[in-house]
Amino acid sequence: MRIPEQVHRLAIVLAIVIGGTLLTRFVIIPRSLVSTELHWAQTTQREATRPLKFAGSTACQDCHEDVAAKKAKSFHRVLACEGCHTPSIKHAEDPSAAKPTVLRERKLCATCHAYDPSRPTGFPQINVTAHNPLKACVTCHNPHDPVPPKVPKECAACHAQIERAKAVSSHALLTCTTCHKAPERHKTAPRTALPSKPDSRDFCGACHGQGAAGAPKEAPKVDLSTHGARNLCWECHYPHLPEGRS
Amino acid sequence: MNERREFLKGAIVFFPAAGVLAALAREVAGREAPAKDAGAKDAPKPYTPADHFYGMGIEIDKCIGCNLCAVACKAENRVPDEPFYFRTWVERYTIMRDGEVIVENISLGPQKETMADAREVVRTFFVPKLCNQCQNPPCVQVCPVNATFTTPDGAVIVDETRCIGCRYCIQACPYGARYLHPATRTADKCTFCYQRIVKGLQPACVEVCPTQARIFGDLKSRASRLVRFKRMNKIHVLKPQLNTEPKVYYAQLDGEVR
Amino acid sequence: MTAQAREGLYELLEQVTGFIYPNEIEIHWSILIVVYPYVTGLVAGAFILASLVKVFAIKEVQPTYRLSLLTALAFLLVAPLPLLLHLGQPQRFYEILLTPNPSSAMAMFGFVYAWYLMGVLLLEIWFEYRRDLIVLAQTSRSPLNRVYRVLSLFSKDVSPEALAFDRKAIQVITIIGIPSAFLLHGYVGFIFGSVKANPWWGSVLMPIVFLMSAIVSGIALVIFLYMVLTALRREPIDMACLDKITSYLFYAVIVDFSLEALDFIHRLYQSEESVKILGKLITHKLFLSLFVIQILLGMFIPLGILVLAKARGFNDDLRKLLYFTAVILIQIGIFATRWNVVIGGQLFSKSFRGLMAYKMEVMGLEGLVAALVLLALPFVILAVLIRLLPTTRLEEPLTP
Repeated sequence: MRIPEQVHRLAIVLAIVIGGTLLTRFVIIPRSLVSTELHWAQTTQREATRPLKFAGSTACQDCHEDVAAKKAKSFHRVLACEGCHTPSIKHAEDPSAAKPTVLRERKLCATCHAYDPSRPTGFPQINVTAHNPLKACVTCHNPHDPVPPKVPKECAACHAQIERAKAVSSHALLTCTTCHKAPERHKTAPRTALPSKPDSRDFCGACHGQGAAGAPKEAPKVDLSTHGARNLCWECHYPHLPEGRS
Repeated sequence: MNERREFLKGAIVFFPAAGVLAALAREVAGREAPAKDAGAKDAPKPYTPADHFYGMGIEIDKCIGCNLCAVACKAENRVPDEPFYFRTWVERYTIMRDGEVIVENISLGPQKETMADAREVVRTFFVPKLCNQCQNPPCVQVCPVNATFTTPDGAVIVDETRCIGCRYCIQACPYGARYLHPATRTADKCTFCYQRIVKGLQPACVEVCPTQARIFGDLKSRASRLVRFKRMNKIHVLKPQLNTEPKVYYAQLDGEVR
Repeated sequence: MTAQAREGLYELLEQVTGFIYPNEIEIHWSILIVVYPYVTGLVAGAFILASLVKVFAIKEVQPTYRLSLLTALAFLLVAPLPLLLHLGQPQRFYEILLTPNPSSAMAMFGFVYAWYLMGVLLLEIWFEYRRDLIVLAQTSRSPLNRVYRVLSLFSKDVSPEALAFDRKAIQVITIIGIPSAFLLHGYVGFIFGSVKANPWWGSVLMPIVFLMSAIVSGIALVIFLYMVLTALRREPIDMACLDKITSYLFYAVIVDFSLEALDFIHRLYQSEESVKILGKLITHKLFLSLFVIQILLGMFIPLGILVLAKARGFNDDLRKLLYFTAVILIQIGIFATRWNVVIGGQLFSKSFRGLMAYKMEVMGLEGLVAALVLLALPFVILAVLIRLLPTTRLEEPLTP
């Protein structure tokens, strides 16, 4: 069969289009524009050499040995210097060029230490409006070694959420030490020396058992021999917010 | 000979029908290429990305919701100040007795008072979020121009000079970790502070975290904080059903967290 | 970032209900990305209608054959524009051709598009019009005759063998063209359907639903254009043709509706993690555009109209009116379908805990005006094409 003339014409056009595309892509355009490996290497390099803002705590230690040594033994030992003193790479590179800001306002400390029920229990928290409202925190607490001026008698300093729940519960008048015995060391090394919890049913039964002598009248009574006999009371009831009044 | 190989490789990449072949070809080429020296020039030992593989651990029980991480991230990485752009942020979960779950983003600034009656709260906690630096990243899969990719040391980063701003990656990220940077008009995201980790420093969020709720480490090292973290805790990742294989590992993660 | 844009985002922040990830405030794919699959769908649908004539030899539809091809071309030329305009860095669009990522559905756009435009549509149109171009080159005056000569690639052969070859070529191209049209629009569906992070999009049915709704919208558009064109030219409408196409339209709507219903029932019955937020999405954010416009106005009412027009022996004029109403409603319905997919998929948080809001820009690159211009542009192109290329085969005898 004869090849019709329109096929020749079309073939020429197609050849020009395809040839032109291939020529552009593989000859005219430089390899630097189409090499993904090259682009990725350049990007990695660009990201790796971006300027820093935070020098990192190890940089601070080199000059501020005294503070670092003090802080290393304190409750604030894991805090970054620049968390409070603002990012300071310029100061680290040339101490005279820039000075880190020293924030002395209450709101800086409140960032971590203001009461917030979602914070894990055991983390020291204060009621910012009630806790010495007019004083800067640093007048009493040394931020590099923030031992409280007095070891707190009140557990609420660290267990604010429990304290607040208890305050509105039927157990409001019980002190923490009624049920928990805290070793002295718990105040300085809270996680290594834990307080006790009632370990017998009779402990709660002293008030809530049937015929408990000397118990407040309004305390609900149960028969300890039949009521949930295989468990300790606090394994079901939450003593800091017992269900009675809610 | 080499030129012809280049040509063939280019031809394969150019024609989509051979997409699979192209991926293979690139794989081979990537292995042959010498490891790029991305480290600082004055570092004693040159940094070799392929020797590391970074991940992050997050211990929910330690997070106090101070938001220093999100603030530090914005400072270190020039993330816009507006509350629509975050490389990392912190969520607060409050789970009520009736099963209702209240979630707030505390990094958005002062909250409207939504704290429910304390007596109805069953549990409440904070959850820091960031790019999960997935090992099977959906964002990289969909980028039409190869502008986003995983570095050999395991950070998913974006080439802001070649990103066309189509935002397909933003749609594809199940974690909402990407945004369109208003200045560059290109996709932007957490890089694990790549500029810091290649110098042996911690990412800014990890650096400032006051309770060490965030732990950064090298998964290739046998003795790193992250490896111990993974040894000592029951670990969970976000949205495992999507098979993105995140490298941000959570301890004590609550089932309500998505 | 302009102060206005910043203010707009703060405004949207106020409208968030529940919890969303912070970066989700911005709705990234705007009305332009609604226009994009809508326009591509029209291309695929119009082409498939044209194929009915050639591949399945349905003679009644012949009067719309050329119109369908030209419609497909006019809309195809506009299809990449909404994509281009919505880019954050539009001037870098060429990157998609230089370093395409083979695993990205979006990167394949350039290739599928180029193939469809040059490998299918232009070729078919050229073979279809070659003889007429030669005739026109001889009969029209300067400088138009030169244009025709160039368009015909200076071809002169109108021998029966050459014309027979044209017909054969068209046959082959159409057979390749149907899967290509399926590919073109199916892949647009895949762009959305493959996003596993988004349960509103991530569905294996998505490409097929897109395809069926594309066929619906394409056929409806060609009917619309055919009716308008004959009215403008004061020509009689070929009612046999119209009846035939509308019955195809009817079947296509039925299939489309069944697929969408299947998708809906499947989601509801499987009741996965996302079902609650998707329920809120369709009742709070998409009620008007999904239930009222897409399903009621865009499907049920036109289906009723078509049934009515077919079942009762109405006269031609009344049928024309009914058909015309139905195709316009269907067109609005399919646009709403695209809206519900594209915008709807961005109105809920991937945390499945909250809903966002979309406020359409009016002016600006990604605004309503730009969208309307892009929707009007194909009609302008089509008007030019029709001026240049006759929609019916020329009958003039050739003067050698």
